[in-house]
Amino acid sequence: MLPLLRHARYVLSENPVTGLAFGLFAMFLLAAILGPALAPYSPLQSNAAMTLKPPSAAHWFGTDQLGRDIFSRVLVATRLDLTIAFASVILAFMLGALSGVAAGYFGGWTDRVVGRLADTIMAFPLFVLAMGIVAALGNEVINIVIATAIINFPLYARVARAEANVRREAGFIEAARLSGNGETRVLLGHVLPNIMPIMMVQMSLTMGYAILNAAGLSFIGLGVRPPDAEWGIMVAEGANFIQSGEWWIALFPGAALMLAVFCFNLLGDGLRDIIDPRMRT
Amino acid sequence: MLKLLLSRLATAIPSIIGVIVVTFMLTRLLPGDPAAYFAGLAASPQAIAEVRTKLGLDKTLPEQFVAYIGDLVHGNLGNSLSTGQPVVSEIATRLPASAELTLFALILAVGIAIPLGVLAAVKQGTWIDHLCRMVTTAGVSLPVFFTGLLFAYVFYYLLQWAPAPTGRLDVFLSPPTDITGFYLIDSLLTGNLETFWGALRQLALPGISMAIFSLAPLARMTRGSMLAVLGSDFIRTARASGLAPRTVIFSYAFRNAVLPVITTLGMVFSFLLGANVLVETVFAWPGIGLYAVNALITSDYAPVQGFVLTMAVLYVALNLLIDFLYGLVDPRVRLG
Repeated sequence: MLPLLRHARYVLSENPVTGLAFGLFAMFLLAAILGPALAPYSPLQSNAAMTLKPPSAAHWFGTDQLGRDIFSRVLVATRLDLTIAFASVILAFMLGALSGVAAGYFGGWTDRVVGRLADTIMAFPLFVLAMGIVAALGNEVINIVIATAIINFPLYARVARAEANVRREAGFIEAARLSGNGETRVLLGHVLPNIMPIMMVQMSLTMGYAILNAAGLSFIGLGVRPPDAEWGIMVAEGANFIQSGEWWIALFPGAALMLAVFCFNLLGDGLRDIIDPRMRT
Repeated sequence: MLKLLLSRLATAIPSIIGVIVVTFMLTRLLPGDPAAYFAGLAASPQAIAEVRTKLGLDKTLPEQFVAYIGDLVHGNLGNSLSTGQPVVSEIATRLPASAELTLFALILAVGIAIPLGVLAAVKQGTWIDHLCRMVTTAGVSLPVFFTGLLFAYVFYYLLQWAPAPTGRLDVFLSPPTDITGFYLIDSLLTGNLETFWGALRQLALPGISMAIFSLAPLARMTRGSMLAVLGSDFIRTARASGLAPRTVIFSYAFRNAVLPVITTLGMVFSFLLGANVLVETVFAWPGIGLYAVNALITSDYAPVQGFVLTMAVLYVALNLLIDFLYGLVDPRVRLG
């Protein structure tokens, strides 16, 4: 653990941007946990006397067409956006890593089935497939999570398959098998933990994409429904006012979204540098 | 050459089968009553039962699948509820608008990303390298619908350089004679420069928004593969033999470095076709993306299914084209 920490410190000093990304990540995490407690106004409370007001001391990010405080809405939305992204990434990891590891380890028909499944998903433009899935499953938040997990599945399955394939003949796997472990036990207890670092990098790299994807879906009216506060739908609401010059309604949720994606992308690159120095670009 | 084409075509067949099975499953196997989907939100139980018989949903699943394939072979994707028109013809009339936007964005993205990536690799560590890194990191983080809105605000509302972000052409201009369906090409062919300029102005903002989103993977890959090639022995030999730096970079390094970039195009197309939907929504662009979004809002399921299928088939075809292009550029693939 100590060399890893030392290496992490080295990478951080080498690339201060990664440090910045960790700082941003902490900020988003805090906003997600404490958001509703910190918000100065209720995110749903409309106020007919205060509609479409530009940013001011009382309303830092201005107010929207119903007089709701945009700062509070952006802050409270953090939890929903991050939850959707986290849940979908974890679901994609569970589906992808397990089937990918099995495919790489067992080979044969398991490999063919998983490979064909991943290829079929990859034959679609991913966002379009996600649209189709949410449209078919029904217009709910949980279905955004499922759709985002499905379109991320091939990435996880492929990485896990390649990594498990390399390790199936490795000495420590042979040893585990020889000491009487069943195949499932070898797979879950020895192969899977070994590829975890690489899967973690994959997870943080796809987090940004998952946030973008979920926000894009809710931007076109899928999943999250008004009046719930969510960045994508807030940008969509603000879009109606851009042509008349009320920029703040769309700008702040959009900027929060951008910053979150930016943060996770940098974090992913940073984690990759820490875990696998060979893959540095 | 023909053999290469045929072998590539053969690889696309499983993808096409997969796509058809998935689009079929999207409506039939999932929870909920597909007849209710197709009948729309406000349908009475009687109307739903009618739709069920009409669509053959009372038959067994294999029978339905055979019927679905039969419909596809006859180019029948069902009818839109809100307009009553066949989905196929509505998609066909809207496809040129989407294709023009997507290709315009792709040409822009390639035109910026490749020189940027090559320069960043050749002048590694200079300001242009840092610019490249900034563009690639920021590019993938920008939600395309958000950049589109920002552009509309800055260039239409504030600066008034761009026309209103609504549609392909100003209402005062008449669309050019329909030859290819691409306004830019058609207006040039008919010598209508006013329309050409008008169409280009409308296309600029949505095109640039999409290009920014998709140029990041291209620039990153160009830089990376140029760096790898520039570090190899044959480049050292070429340099040592006294070849001009220009010859070394363009004829020797770039031609080798471009191969992984062509492979990346597949991912870029996946990005572009998805971004297309969002950008069309922002700019009220009358393409198939906006058509699908409008259908989604009114719970009109047949157009959505037709849209997903069309996009997937297009994407498979584009990947086929990329594969073929790869074979043309790399003689090793052609011979192998």
